[in-house]
Amino acid sequence: MECVFGLVGNDFAVVVADTSAVHSILVHKSNEDKIMILDSHKLIAASGEPGDRVQFTEYIQKNVALYQFRNGIPLTTAAAANFTRGELATALRKNPYSVNILLAGYDKETGPSLYYIDYIATLHKVDKGAFGYGSYFSLSLMDRHYHSGMTVEEAIDLVDKCIMEIRSRLVVAPPNFVIKIVDKDGAKEYAWRESVKDAAVASA
Amino acid sequence: MARYDRAITVFSPDGHLFQVEYALEAVRKGNAAVGVRGTDIVVLGVEKKSAAKLQDSRSVRKIVSLDDHVALACAGLKADARVLINRARIECQSHRLTVEDPVTVEYITRYIAGLQQKYTQSGGVRPFGLSTLIIGFDPYTGVPSLYQTDPSGTFSAWKANATGRNSNSMREFLEKNYKESSGQETVKLAIRALLEVVESGGKNIEVAVMTKEHGLRQLEEAEIDAIVAEIESEKAAAEAAKKPPAPAPKET
Repeated sequence: MECVFGLVGNDFAVVVADTSAVHSILVHKSNEDKIMILDSHKLIAASGEPGDRVQFTEYIQKNVALYQFRNGIPLTTAAAANFTRGELATALRKNPYSVNILLAGYDKETGPSLYYIDYIATLHKVDKGAFGYGSYFSLSLMDRHYHSGMTVEEAIDLVDKCIMEIRSRLVVAPPNFVIKIVDKDGAKEYAWRESVKDAAVASA
Repeated sequence: MARYDRAITVFSPDGHLFQVEYALEAVRKGNAAVGVRGTDIVVLGVEKKSAAKLQDSRSVRKIVSLDDHVALACAGLKADARVLINRARIECQSHRLTVEDPVTVEYITRYIAGLQQKYTQSGGVRPFGLSTLIIGFDPYTGVPSLYQTDPSGTFSAWKANATGRNSNSMREFLEKNYKESSGQETVKLAIRALLEVVESGGKNIEVAVMTKEHGLRQLEEAEIDAIVAEIESEKAAAEAAKKPPAPAPKET
């Protein structure tokens, strides 16, 4: 029931992920951040097997950092996406990773971009993308309302529409979402959309 | 397989490892490098041999980053340095991946020194022909450090040290003139030590400075020239003060 979706705006890219960590019928926590800051100008929103998700994205993150130290310049978003896909492809016929990824980035020369990378190493450069059961709702809404060159306000408005739709129409809808955005100034957390706050621990 | 297991570094009858000592000779022929530790800053300076006219000097960087908070300069065989630096960079990221913590300066120094030692006790290989100066800040305590490693694989921490060509004169200078300093004073001390053995001028030295907040910063040639000019004028002022006052003109 993990929901991840994202879209590209006029000079930014935004990705949204639900924040529930679920094991069978138990919700471990509802503030699990599934969008990793890959480097200063890249975000990876990942969904899938929790162990694989963390293991794989951290591995990609460290290799992206190593590239930067070795070569003195950061990887482009396209290069990082292709590297990620390559790692998934290599592992696919032996020990596949069950992780779906939306990789958003901003490059000075080419602007914002979004890459759809699924668990069997499909790679597509897209303007909007989504994974999970939530994609049935978010993709339809984005198909209806998306246009190229959206402003941040317009994009967040569309994101909120998608979240509302998922909350109201998905049978086991995740209650909370995190929104992260990447633009020329870097990758950062934009907001959380919480309908259930983890109860604070009562003082003894 | 059988051809590559013969040991090359073996003991001499009087307990020397000649290959290691010859590697140290290679270091002594390499360009001068100096490191100085301040209270809030660590400085590395390296001699830049005059670049060939057609060479793009920007492609020859002698002070490199291993991670956001650790940097390295070396004296000796530069090709060997590339291999060691690459392994160290991988280890920095690997450490972050496995324990979710950045390396401490001591950890990565111990790793590099361990690598250098391994190559003095393995079949079919020769020791690395370089000594390194490693600087950095502890990621949690923020304490600055300076370490040195050599081809034998020994390492230790220093307040200030030099390696490469004329390292003895530089070290002597540092021993005479070292005192706890911070900021620009530390940078000046490092450059003064280098100037003892290197031709003066911004285009003959490469200097990099590391602070906790800003990480590693390579100084521009103009900046180095400015500091060198400051040092020269201080030296001239000191010389003038030392000269005895001119004798009063005699009354005839």
